[in-house]
Amino acid sequence: MKKPYIHSALSMMKNSKHDINPLLHKVNQTPHATQLKLELIDAKDTTVTLKLPFGEHLIGDPFKRIMHGGAISTLMDTVCGAAVFQAQGNFQSMATLDLRVDHMKPGEPDADVYATADCYRLTNTVAFIRATAYTKDINDPIATAVASFMRSNVEFPVR
Amino acid sequence: MNLFNKINELKSSNDYESLVSLVPYAKTIGVETSLVGDHIVSTLPYIESNIGNHAIPALHGGAVAGFMEVAAIFHLMWTGELKQMPKVIDFSIDYLRTGHAETSYSQCEIIRLGRRVALCNIKVWQDDINKPFALARGHFLLSSNEPFEAKP
Repeated sequence: MKKPYIHSALSMMKNSKHDINPLLHKVNQTPHATQLKLELIDAKDTTVTLKLPFGEHLIGDPFKRIMHGGAISTLMDTVCGAAVFQAQGNFQSMATLDLRVDHMKPGEPDADVYATADCYRLTNTVAFIRATAYTKDINDPIATAVASFMRSNVEFPVR
Repeated sequence: MNLFNKINELKSSNDYESLVSLVPYAKTIGVETSLVGDHIVSTLPYIESNIGNHAIPALHGGAVAGFMEVAAIFHLMWTGELKQMPKVIDFSIDYLRTGHAETSYSQCEIIRLGRRVALCNIKVWQDDINKPFALARGHFLLSSNEPFEAKP
């Protein structure tokens, strides 16, 4: 049987949260996240941090050895989705409506990139997320993102 | 040697097929290029590693974003007389439908090509060009050698 929608952010706050959603460990199991070797670093309240390890296959400019903007977009999309799972406290699916990434500066050569996302608002149907990507210091970001997701009551497939 | 010069070399020899081999990320997600008239057209054949939800199955939103960004950069490189590699400033994607497990096609439109900045719209579709599954717009920095001088 399908689970019903969570009817308000308030009821959600009573049940879940403040703990890592255990299913988040599986967020990196989709084929694309596996290929990019995304790792869960931390999660609490409504925020999640993921790591995108540097790899030859993610290079955008082989001469400068910096990551392609598209790889950063994938990291942002995934971390924003993960923040929704964390805020929901379950694994109900969502679909990206809109994702905007602002690139503040190029990443460093051969450097891993971290991204922290905060699902700051959850309505019955839509989730709103902000995210920041950085190599060492979150206060010196390489990119920021805003995203909105359409929520659904279908379970996200977890293997 | 830099990526810009290398791509310009391919451009002068009309070797559009080798573009992808210069950009490892483009190869990772499996982008292919072809030439239609004077324009470079990027396509994304289905590969399993681009899947984000295997129940539907649907392409990962990030893979779609990456594909659109690669398509825009190749299009700008091939069309404009640029002095350096375009660098993405911002990229905004609207997801309209599910990207299914099949080949995706792209179409880029340069809205403005300035001295320092270009604005590009990108559309991706699968079986019907009139039913795109995502639209994107992005600003690209074309020249960082002409900084804006702030008055003291």
